[in-house]
Amino acid sequence: MEAIKVQSVTPNDMPWKIRYDASRCTLCGSCVSACSFGAISPKIERRRMVFSEGEFPEPKQRFSAVPVIRQVQSVTHYCRGCGICEKVCPNDAIGPDRNMDTRHPILTRCLGGESIKRGGRKNLESTARTLDKIRVGRISQMTDPSLDAQRHTFDLLAPFGRILPAQKLPISVDPQGKLQSDTKMPPVQWIYPVVIGDMSIGALSWRMWEAVAMAVAYLNEQCGMPVRMCSGEGGVPSRLLRSRYLKYMILQIASGHFGWNRIVKAMPDMVEDPAGVLIKIGQGAKPGDGGLLQAGKVADHIQAIRGVPKADLLSPPNHQGLYSIEESVQKMFLSFNAAFKFRVPVAIKVAASATSVSVFNNLVRDPYNIVGGFFLDGIDGGTGAAHEVSLDHTGHPIVSKLRDCYMAAVAQGRQGQIPLWAAGGLGKTGDLAADAFKMMALGANGVFTGKLILQMAGCVGNDMGRCNACNTGKCPVGITTQEPQLVHRLDVDRVAQNIVNYYLAMDTELKKLMAPIGNSSLPVGRSDALVATDRGVAEKLQIQYVC
Amino acid sequence: MCRIGAIKSLNYTHPSQALLLMQSQQKGHDNSGFAMIMHDLGGIFESYKHLPTLSMACTDEGLKLAEDILHAAGFQRVMQWVPETNPQPGLDIIAMPNYVFETFDYPKAYKRSADQKEKEELLLDIRLQLRAALEKDEQGFVYSFWPDVVTLKEIGDPRDIGTYFNLWEADDRFTAKVITAQCRQNTNYDIVRYAAHPFFLQGYTALANGENTFYLKNVEFQSKLHRGYIGFESDSQCFLYSLHYVHRELNWPLSYFKHVITPLPFQDIERHSDREQLLAIRQSLAHLEINGPNTIIGVLPDNSMFTCCDAKKLRPVVIGRSEDTVVISSEVCGINEILPDRNWETDIYPNEREVVAISNDLEVQRWKQ
Repeated sequence: MEAIKVQSVTPNDMPWKIRYDASRCTLCGSCVSACSFGAISPKIERRRMVFSEGEFPEPKQRFSAVPVIRQVQSVTHYCRGCGICEKVCPNDAIGPDRNMDTRHPILTRCLGGESIKRGGRKNLESTARTLDKIRVGRISQMTDPSLDAQRHTFDLLAPFGRILPAQKLPISVDPQGKLQSDTKMPPVQWIYPVVIGDMSIGALSWRMWEAVAMAVAYLNEQCGMPVRMCSGEGGVPSRLLRSRYLKYMILQIASGHFGWNRIVKAMPDMVEDPAGVLIKIGQGAKPGDGGLLQAGKVADHIQAIRGVPKADLLSPPNHQGLYSIEESVQKMFLSFNAAFKFRVPVAIKVAASATSVSVFNNLVRDPYNIVGGFFLDGIDGGTGAAHEVSLDHTGHPIVSKLRDCYMAAVAQGRQGQIPLWAAGGLGKTGDLAADAFKMMALGANGVFTGKLILQMAGCVGNDMGRCNACNTGKCPVGITTQEPQLVHRLDVDRVAQNIVNYYLAMDTELKKLMAPIGNSSLPVGRSDALVATDRGVAEKLQIQYVC
Repeated sequence: MCRIGAIKSLNYTHPSQALLLMQSQQKGHDNSGFAMIMHDLGGIFESYKHLPTLSMACTDEGLKLAEDILHAAGFQRVMQWVPETNPQPGLDIIAMPNYVFETFDYPKAYKRSADQKEKEELLLDIRLQLRAALEKDEQGFVYSFWPDVVTLKEIGDPRDIGTYFNLWEADDRFTAKVITAQCRQNTNYDIVRYAAHPFFLQGYTALANGENTFYLKNVEFQSKLHRGYIGFESDSQCFLYSLHYVHRELNWPLSYFKHVITPLPFQDIERHSDREQLLAIRQSLAHLEINGPNTIIGVLPDNSMFTCCDAKKLRPVVIGRSEDTVVISSEVCGINEILPDRNWETDIYPNEREVVAISNDLEVQRWKQ
């Protein structure tokens, strides 16, 4: 008898176990070829059958070799639970089952001596979301009537750019009694209050990125919704940089400066200004950590667009030479404002943190009036790749931090001067309109979203450990991979259509929330419209407690 | 809903006209109070137009507190008028012990060298000081301290308030060319004297019939804008402060007030000749927007008057006029009462994007936003 090898990896050690029914399997091979993780493979099993054919027992045995599908026993090629095998199986013969007894987090660290990396969002769910404990509870009735969401006109626009206090506006009264502008004002773009968050080409497949860009162009040009998309730190295709569609793009610069060589070279040929520049300092999913694109995803076109060799691409945690907030204001903001001749708003994105209010206060007092937005990203934000320990255990929830920043502005009478944009798990339940609305009532001018856009495209990952393999380059649905055969699984037109349709639905839903509180403009800071069913939430956010 | 009204006349007018104007609109308010502010005073105040008059309701203790403060600041009383009251049994009024209308001369230092602006800041500081001093134990309510302006606010049935102060009988002692008045419909807040419109600040008067769903945004923003923006006992006080801020502090023409409180939709701003300025206003003063049904009547320091309503015209207002008088009222029945012989075909029902401005020679202008 064989000795027991207790250290061997078996399916029961893995987060997902393959459920396989050999009797229904036609051995077509679809599942094996479709599994991008190599987590299943064909195997020939030796079977023994004992049988007796006569009236009296005369045991005989027959050996046969049977082809079957089996789960690969490896900590690298393990099943992520994406369920693609189930999708392609004609006979429902195979599929993943969640394994409650997994030893994977321990095994992986023990065997590799390396930190676990993955994509997705924070997977530690202990309590209900804060936003789900808040309702829109102040309904206009009687003398203060609700509006009609179908018939009234609504202004669903949010500012992106530095807003001057009224007493500092460079305007004066001309002899005809009209206000006239004396000098230029900082540029401000009024855009749809839900920005598509920064996901780079590299993190996303080129087809996914293209689909998002297509959806944005369609929303602007066919639906009249000025939705903006942030490029992420990974460059922008040259043709887009030179096209009129650039005006819908917010260009991102992060500590790796990836792609900026091309952007700078394209500047003389630009026919439109970009919608804005977003300086990424931090990210909610992995605060204090820089971007991470593993070598497996650095395909030829990624090397070209970023101007890098095939290697792990790590953005440093800090911008080089960035020693203080003041320096970031002075150097980065000035240079990016100057780069586009002060026509393009420049904003900053930071991870929510216990220190966010200090950072915000420093920026809001910026004497140059060049900080055009404060993008605050909470712990529930998604990422293409991060160390799991960062994803699950570092960061700060967005809701109270956004509120803290808004109230800090209120305390100084500076609300609205640097528009606040919030993100980090918004739309996690699929209902972004409600989350966005509540965040705005708490003080956000707008929100941004990334992970939800991937889910619109068909991402099968979730916050309970399903898939979360964006870092591997093996995305089974072609969203976060650069492998041509996987990328081609993605139907670009369909993805663009899904995103457009979601935005149209969300637009209706936002109006359905504005109408009952009697508002035709976005209710930024209208915390009186909210009630909380939890005392702690009510107290922290300074809204009414109800039960 | 509250009911609001205003009379602007070439002749000095007695407050009984304001009571009449409001009385016929009784179904629209709840008889919980009456308040009025008179500008451009006649009668006993006519010869003191350049000196500030204090309007206050207070206890004996409050009166002493206030007079001590004014004395310490160097103000000298030059005239005092105590309205004769008529405290019949059964009147629905929660009266204060004293109603004080006293006119003062400025402190010597100010008389000698202060310019108009300095005097105006002093008057505000003193009123705020008086208000703070009398706030404790409700010793008194200080409504206005300004030249050529008196204020009366009381809790109770407007008809009985008129009887109590003998306001139903017209005389030529207590008159003004501009009278604004409101009868209350008290829904949202405790009955507080300060919560009654009209509200007054440094020559500006505003009163409103409406709701302000952006009240919290307005309050949070205005609290930091000016030391005089206090109280907020009513959501409509915000309109006065916005008017004061836009017209006095920013020194913008009145026509831009409407662009602040009910900004044009972005698509209309894009087509507007003032595009750049209107966008800047909408951006910088987003927290002064009113989003809700409202009609506002305002009086400026030069005694000119205007009215405008919300962006959806959810609250009505009508303007009627004769040769020598213009009347603004929530309901036309009020105007019918005091201008029965006017040509009603010239009545104006302002549109949602309009300001109707009435100059001192009663020229009526309609400004499209």
